[in-house]
Amino acid sequence: MKFFKKANFRLNEFLAEKAIAAIATTSLVFIFLILIFVFRESIPLVLGYAMEEDNKLSLTALFSNNWIPVSNHPQFGIWPLIIGSIKVTAISLIIAFPIAVLAALYTATLASKRTKEIVKPVIEILAGFPSVVIGFFALMVLATFFQNVFNLRFRLNAFTGGVALSLAVIPIIYTVTEEALNTLPKTMTEASLALGATRWETSLYVLLPAATQGIFAAFLLGLGRSFGETMIVLMATGNAALSSTNIFESVRTMSAAIGAEMAEVVFGDAHYNVLFFIGVLLFIFSFTLNAIAEFFLKQRMMKKFQGGA
Amino acid sequence: MLKKYMKTASVIGLAFAGSLLFVAAAKKTITIKGSDTLVILAQRWAEKYMQSHPEVVIQVTGGGSGTGISALINGTTDFANASREMKKSEFNKLKQRFNTLGNEIKVAKDGITVYVSQSNPVKELSIAQIRAIYLGEVSNWKDLGGPDAPIVVYGRENSSGTYVYFRDNVLGGKDYMSSMQSLPGTAAVVNAIVKDKNGIGYGGAAYAEGIKIVNVKKDDSSPAYAPTLESIKNSQYPIARYLYMYSRAKPTGAMKEYIDWILSAEGQELVTKVGYFPVN
Repeated sequence: MKFFKKANFRLNEFLAEKAIAAIATTSLVFIFLILIFVFRESIPLVLGYAMEEDNKLSLTALFSNNWIPVSNHPQFGIWPLIIGSIKVTAISLIIAFPIAVLAALYTATLASKRTKEIVKPVIEILAGFPSVVIGFFALMVLATFFQNVFNLRFRLNAFTGGVALSLAVIPIIYTVTEEALNTLPKTMTEASLALGATRWETSLYVLLPAATQGIFAAFLLGLGRSFGETMIVLMATGNAALSSTNIFESVRTMSAAIGAEMAEVVFGDAHYNVLFFIGVLLFIFSFTLNAIAEFFLKQRMMKKFQGGA
Repeated sequence: MLKKYMKTASVIGLAFAGSLLFVAAAKKTITIKGSDTLVILAQRWAEKYMQSHPEVVIQVTGGGSGTGISALINGTTDFANASREMKKSEFNKLKQRFNTLGNEIKVAKDGITVYVSQSNPVKELSIAQIRAIYLGEVSNWKDLGGPDAPIVVYGRENSSGTYVYFRDNVLGGKDYMSSMQSLPGTAAVVNAIVKDKNGIGYGGAAYAEGIKIVNVKKDDSSPAYAPTLESIKNSQYPIARYLYMYSRAKPTGAMKEYIDWILSAEGQELVTKVGYFPVN
């Protein structure tokens, strides 16, 4: 009897363990399936049999300058979309990166405990802001504001979208950078101060360089978020597929194109395949960024555990 | 212990699933999906109809004409609302999947309204002028009798039936200029024009509030008309279209009753209330 009871008990444990393992595997499987699905749907395009006979689509046509997918003579040049994504992402990071890093430097090294307790959660709340709310704010308030200040022709443009996007990116860069600064060994600060450096010099010339790897990772994560963000750019950039370098003209980003067009597209159509191809590009891009960021974060952690700085 | 819980849980689960099935079986559900232009009207119809026919549940969602027709082809909706005619390729896809020919019903008429800002002095435009604006051939209001200011062109996203209709019937099938700002939904276009004094946009009549509606003339010699019941009924207003509901096959049973009601005097009265025009 005793034996059976014991065996029974172990069976439960065994089952529970397996169940939890199964749940963990499920999420992995999902990611994997999504991946296969997205890649599969874009394959006809890559292999070149996506179009009906009358208008063939080659890869060179894919990187041409006109994005007119719904037309009597559809053109699927994704070049303007790539430029659009790059433009908006660059603007958002140029604004967000310095603000976020300096804010993190301030709360991690200079601010009093009380200030830190207020500033940090407030910035982190920004991370939880639904992007559609930020987009709405940009559409209604920011766009009008910038149009009046800069006397712009277009209300909705890459700049407005970039500024709105920076609101979403700041908390990400901030959180990771702050983390990187906080994990630096205390001895560094103490040594620097003992050598006669001021607190400001310690933060800027000792701690900030020491956290470079973490900050770089923060930058990459922010870049990934910015590149993949859909709702904010869809609402705030005007969505005209132009390949100009003027930041005050409208842009259509890769993610916005998918967001706006995927719902409507006829299944199995060339347009459908092209949208999936854009999805693949986005996926590869953010996957690479995340992998690199992860690599840098890991390396820093390893160093810390091994006692190096 | 665990077993006991599992037993209880499964009993509750079964009961829950059973009750859901029961409810579903007792009520007939009709799903309708598609055109954003039609979505408000479709919801009004559904509300009114369900009041007098409690045994029918009607679910209405928007998303664009293309979305609705895709859903019809994929078998996930009973009716597709569309503000454009279904394309031949779409009929073919439907035939491939379900071996049915599709059924078209004209449920309302709509005038495509062209809006400008309230402060814009331009009162009327010809079709040729509107075409020139949207093809990028005219880019200053000065050339159209307005102030010396650049024209900011707004349009709909390419998933919208209005986008396709406007391109085929106003632009003569040519493509919009690439710097047109495309916005999701007529409401977004109207909103943009409210805030942009140099803007021009187009969309359904149902959304036109707080902006100026431009009178449209067929050519330079003909008189300009506002999109009114009268001018659209007499086909005087040059950019008017039908709004459609598509089903996979000729509707029967609850679906037929619903369509008949929509085309009845009671259903068509709602069309006028929402701001569109009856079919007859």
